[in-house]
Amino acid sequence: MAKSKPTAVDRRNFLKGAAAGAAALVAPSPAAQAQQSGSRSASAVVPSNAALAADTGGPPAPVEMLTNERPGSDFMVDVIKSLGIEYCCANPGSSFRALHESIINYGGNKGPELITCCHEESSVAMAHGFAKIDGKPIMVMAHGTVGLQHASMASYNAYCDRVPLYIVLGNILDVTYRRGNVEWVHSVQDAASMVRDYTKWDDSPVSLAHFAESAVRAYQIAMTPPLEPVVLVADAKLQEEPITEFGLRIPKLTLAAPPQGDSGAVTEAAKLLVAAENPLIVAGRLARTPNGIKLLVELAETLRAPVYDQRLRMNFPSRHPLNGGNTVKDADVVLGLEVQDFWGLTHQQTPLNRLGMQSKSILKPGAKLISVSSVDLNHKSNYQDFGRYDEADLNIPADAEATLPALIEAVKRLLTADRKRALAERGVKLAAASQRVRDRDRQDAALGWDATPISTARMSAELWGQLKNEDWSLVSTVGNFVSGWPLRLWDFNQSYHYIGGHGGAGIGYGAPAAVGAALANKKHGRLTVNIQCDGDLNYAPSVLWTAAHHRIPLLSIMHNNRGYHQEVMQVQLMANRANRGIDRAHIGTTIADPNIDYAKMAQAYGVHGEGPITDPADLGPALQRAIAVVKRGEPALIDVVTQPR
Amino acid sequence: MNKFPLLALAVLLLPAIATPQAPKAAAKSAKPAVGNAENGKRLFVKNGCYQCHGFVGQGGSAGARLAPRPFPLEALIAYVRHPAPGGMPPYTPKVMSDAELTDVWAYLMTIPEPAKNLPLLNP
Repeated sequence: MAKSKPTAVDRRNFLKGAAAGAAALVAPSPAAQAQQSGSRSASAVVPSNAALAADTGGPPAPVEMLTNERPGSDFMVDVIKSLGIEYCCANPGSSFRALHESIINYGGNKGPELITCCHEESSVAMAHGFAKIDGKPIMVMAHGTVGLQHASMASYNAYCDRVPLYIVLGNILDVTYRRGNVEWVHSVQDAASMVRDYTKWDDSPVSLAHFAESAVRAYQIAMTPPLEPVVLVADAKLQEEPITEFGLRIPKLTLAAPPQGDSGAVTEAAKLLVAAENPLIVAGRLARTPNGIKLLVELAETLRAPVYDQRLRMNFPSRHPLNGGNTVKDADVVLGLEVQDFWGLTHQQTPLNRLGMQSKSILKPGAKLISVSSVDLNHKSNYQDFGRYDEADLNIPADAEATLPALIEAVKRLLTADRKRALAERGVKLAAASQRVRDRDRQDAALGWDATPISTARMSAELWGQLKNEDWSLVSTVGNFVSGWPLRLWDFNQSYHYIGGHGGAGIGYGAPAAVGAALANKKHGRLTVNIQCDGDLNYAPSVLWTAAHHRIPLLSIMHNNRGYHQEVMQVQLMANRANRGIDRAHIGTTIADPNIDYAKMAQAYGVHGEGPITDPADLGPALQRAIAVVKRGEPALIDVVTQPR
Repeated sequence: MNKFPLLALAVLLLPAIATPQAPKAAAKSAKPAVGNAENGKRLFVKNGCYQCHGFVGQGGSAGARLAPRPFPLEALIAYVRHPAPGGMPPYTPKVMSDAELTDVWAYLMTIPEPAKNLPLLNP
């Protein structure tokens, strides 16, 4: 599947630049001819320094070079442009100063456009959020040392969330090229090693030709399921020195076809599903593209099978009559599609150990498990994100979205008229059950309606009241933190309506990922909404400035429960286990005394800020004012003091 | 920076499994026979009940709904002393006495039914 890209134009740009450049050491025209012809090299015509020395009796005296109008970083930008990368998120750093300069000047600061970030964790998390809307990576640029150290947790989140990132690290490998102490402490022998356990591939090119090849390969690897981050090291010497290599060319990018499941295994899965009386489809990180939703709907409707969407992606419409309606313990066949923690889904804790170390399967006797997951194609061993061994009866290591068409066809081939009638009856019952759940959700949302602090249900309902007639996109995780209320009350039916969560449960993801997702939504004119947890925002709130500076329209609603609430509960659990009571569990877990004024924080960063809002009656008007700001193309934040969950 | 969402995940992923062992709600007509509701409200906050169940016992991803129409007092006390595995932390009499739990129950009994037909909750 060849990728549509402006490669030819970019190559021409590069050649035009090379021809016009004043690089002192080489004549550009042979290189230009070599690129036009696709040849690998034309360097034999130029004598080496050693040959010159032999002919003249000694090396020429060094010549002071005041300018270099054709640095290697220009070629790097041509390569990056050929990949169609829209943005580059970076906190500036000297180890990639030449690449930075080439992006903004030689590259015209477009494709990629530099996005100024105030923390490398923000850079990576922004790229994480962007990719979950756009389906493809943007670039992150960082120091190979301190920058990547800042960025490492965010990279881990993306790895666990199976999201492609394109990370380019600056480094100075040659010791003789380092100018002083800062460049010693900012240099590293193997820059990518820090994140190798949770990235898919990396390389440290030693030539520009090597850079070009590895840059294209890295993009291809990142975009092959399972999608994951990749790292490319841009050596400072390669960036800053004049281009001396001949025959430079940019390899063609061909995206790999996503791996489909074995046809025999797919047929076996179809047989189990068609024969099942109570099947359950569980969708994890299934939908890589908008088509994933359509395919899952088609499979579910063909089988009249209920879907449990883990909401790690936008997999299934929230108000579809087959959404919910069955549980794992009632199922006789469970089909897992890129499921997260299949083992955890099918087991529960037992009374033997109240902390959950003892467990048992909740599956019915004889129930069959089918797993389709691309993660099985890329396991690593150190970090334990792979979970417990799931004992599937049928394990299909493949990309689930790519496998669905074959599975749907196999199911259709097996369905007889009698079976279709039986499934139709099941569908009616499931639709009724699903409707009952939605009705109950609306009833439950009324509980605590007028309470202060404001209930998360009220906040979600007020927000939905403002959004339901807009082209909206919710870009924050809203599962546990707000009791899933948006997922229970809103009508999710488009691929960009929801993007799931952090992946690695590394807090600090939320705010920058939301800004990155809003950046991706900007060109579509969508109203991007972020329900922002207070603990999360405080890791790197400066991303608010990035949103303001780059005019990224984003509505952030604070879920301000004034604490790291998950940890409040964890300490409560330990305190009562120790039989000491929980009245001191707030120590070290809450964010109060003094309360943080998030409206003022937003204003300080140049963002429209209102609040704190404690009366639920004030929420609707504040939302209207903030949405008006966002519709003008700017970010806004409303601080809402909320119930814990 | 541990963010291990053990309890909440259990509730979110398997809501039908995590909650069925909770005692059944009291009849709608039940009246608080005993207990100090005002003190119960204070204890509900002091002992962190609201952290999982909400300030008015409305429940959420971390804890079951407690009000309106709370469990019968005896069932509430029994459950708090010996909660379902993987659920809430147990509260022994050393941490909360039966009298204190009775006050909490009295508070829960004062929480009214929610309004019906709220426009923002229309389908």
